[in-house]
Amino acid sequence: MSDAVLDTLTQQEYQHGFVTDIDTDSIPAGLSEDVVRLISGKKGEPEWLLEWRLKAYRHWLTMTEPNWARVTYPAIDYQKIVYYAAPKSAKDGAPKSLADVDPELIAMYEKLGVPLKEREILAGVAVDAVIDSVSVATTFKDKLASLGIIFCSFSEAVREHPDLVKKYLGSVVPSSDNFFAALNSAVFSDGSFCFIPKGVRCPMELSTYFRINQADTGQFERTLIVAEERAVVSYLEGCTAPKRDTNQLHAAVVELVALDDAQIKYSTVQNWYPGDRNGKGGIYNFVTKRGKCAGKNSRISWTQVETGSAITWKYPSCILLGDGSVGEFYSVALANNYQQADTGTKMIHIGKNTRSTIVSKGISAGHGQNTYRGAVTIMKNAEGARNYSQCDSLLIGDQCGAHTFPYIEVKNSSATLEHEASTSKIGEDQLFYCRQRGLSAEDAVSLIVNGFAKRVLKELPMEFAVEAQKLLGVSLEGSVG
Amino acid sequence: MNLLEITNLHAAIEEDGTEILKGIDLVIRPGEVHALMGPNGSGKSTLAHVLSGRPGYTVTQGGALFQGKDLLAMPAEIRAREGVFLAFQYPVEIPGVSNTYFLRTAVNTVRKHRGQPELDAIDFLALLDEKAKLVEMEESLLNRSVNEGFSGGEKKRNEVLQMAILDPKLAILDETDSGLDIDALRIAAAGVNALRDGARGMLVITHYQRLLDYIVPDFVHVLADGKIVKSGDKNLAKELEAKGYSWIEKEAGQAASAAAGAGGR
Repeated sequence: MSDAVLDTLTQQEYQHGFVTDIDTDSIPAGLSEDVVRLISGKKGEPEWLLEWRLKAYRHWLTMTEPNWARVTYPAIDYQKIVYYAAPKSAKDGAPKSLADVDPELIAMYEKLGVPLKEREILAGVAVDAVIDSVSVATTFKDKLASLGIIFCSFSEAVREHPDLVKKYLGSVVPSSDNFFAALNSAVFSDGSFCFIPKGVRCPMELSTYFRINQADTGQFERTLIVAEERAVVSYLEGCTAPKRDTNQLHAAVVELVALDDAQIKYSTVQNWYPGDRNGKGGIYNFVTKRGKCAGKNSRISWTQVETGSAITWKYPSCILLGDGSVGEFYSVALANNYQQADTGTKMIHIGKNTRSTIVSKGISAGHGQNTYRGAVTIMKNAEGARNYSQCDSLLIGDQCGAHTFPYIEVKNSSATLEHEASTSKIGEDQLFYCRQRGLSAEDAVSLIVNGFAKRVLKELPMEFAVEAQKLLGVSLEGSVG
Repeated sequence: MNLLEITNLHAAIEEDGTEILKGIDLVIRPGEVHALMGPNGSGKSTLAHVLSGRPGYTVTQGGALFQGKDLLAMPAEIRAREGVFLAFQYPVEIPGVSNTYFLRTAVNTVRKHRGQPELDAIDFLALLDEKAKLVEMEESLLNRSVNEGFSGGEKKRNEVLQMAILDPKLAILDETDSGLDIDALRIAAAGVNALRDGARGMLVITHYQRLLDYIVPDFVHVLADGKIVKSGDKNLAKELEAKGYSWIEKEAGQAASAAAGAGGR
């Protein structure tokens, strides 16, 4: 990313001003109706949204944390979490310069080729905003606005486009959907909102990357993307460079809505702190992502490269409601050291002639445990529905594990389903073959893993794909003797 | 300087300590082609693996110098970059990695090590095109994943192609003829012969004299029970073909017991 863009990013924080405001804010740990009211109040939200949050909170109280995933972690004390945390600044202990940052992190940036300035932001260094009179982001926003596209923070959307938010919020992931979604609905801090009007093809990849400061929306992020009839949009979430984050629990919700003939492509590269070599620390990433192909012939594609987090619990799914709609899920999940990933998708075929494709590539190394969990449901009226699933696992070393749980439920006999699965191990043979041709062991692993994940990586937007490739290599460093 | 100088090399399987190589002595000078023959289990492939640095073996005695440097002290990839190439008996598949990409990565890694500039895509493709003709390799195979779905013959030709591109100083061919029909053998051998240039050394490991009709060696060695028990010129291979290995093993056995007897006195 160029310096100009970075300057813009740092400036953006300034523009939104609230960062300085909440800097002095801090609310005590714990969750109650009062806390929900406080959060809503601080954000100046309308009454309906407060009610929505409260409803979610009350429902959450009746729910229990899910325990069916193949992950283990110590019990979370929800009363010990601070639900409204101000971003760290130099005042309260954020590193003042890169010299104060964990050298291991710096080494990682080095390997990923992250530009110097960007490193400061990613490492959470309290950067003085650089004022640049011409803002690239503003130019962007103007261009998008001229097409009628809305792309802004969730808070801004609540203020500026309340009708749209009200119409679609919770329409795909109801606030009572699951434990973590309910929690998010009660206390979500901020996130992204994106609306592509009828017939508009978004001319650029939309990326939260450009809002890197805002991305510090904390643990409870909320994203809502709506593509109206014939609209087309590609959205990138995340960043290949590792981000330091003091929040252990992340429970985000992402909702996508595609109307007739609309297409949404949602790509994620997740590289949060996975914990150290011994499994200490790391983010718990408990995310609910779901898209609704509400209109006929609509299409939603999820592509994810999950290399970070200590625990990943995530099932980007598609509700294929419109006749002829298409859902796709392409995933690479990597679990190294003591990471645990339980990830997959749900494809729910409701409309006629709906199609879905699932390609999951799990990579386990070290003591990592990688689980694919997927459900394909063909409802009664889904005449002619088709699904193709492919779940492949790659093992590196002999301490790790790969697990596959494909669930299939078919209520219409005209459906066609194919399921392929494989498990392989990076053998001494492959490694030695590469080394005999001059490649270092690490380059060899990176090469083999990228070959394994190729089918998924090629679904990513070009620039992202190159970064993701590097990331896979770096994430596996030290996984072979 | 000798290209390769192996002295009293003993090596065992790491896992259980079984000694496979029991004192190998061999010198290969630049430009020489040596054939290494011997019955199953005599240690031919083990020698190839130990020289190229495959994990799983322990060198218990002796050593090997490559251009005067301690070969066995180098990690496998450094040996490769220094110019030791092993054509695998069983080439390995790497799904999802195109043959062309793999080769380019390898050649540039090797070139970098040798202080040569890396090849850009255009120069590399020109080189690939030229060398692919040597082994009559079809273009479609170059774009497929490394060795994936290749026939036995295609895999071996791919090995020779890699050798041509990586331009090693010492090529070890581990049973390159196994599993090949006569046409595939002829093509692979022609590729190898084209790489004989008076400087490159070769160690050709084979069971059968057949390969040596095509790749005519300067020297032939017979390995039995972890030792070179007889050396000669190409006629030795013909003799072996006619008489089998048993007479040599017998001869070697007598020599060994005589030596043991002598030592006992």
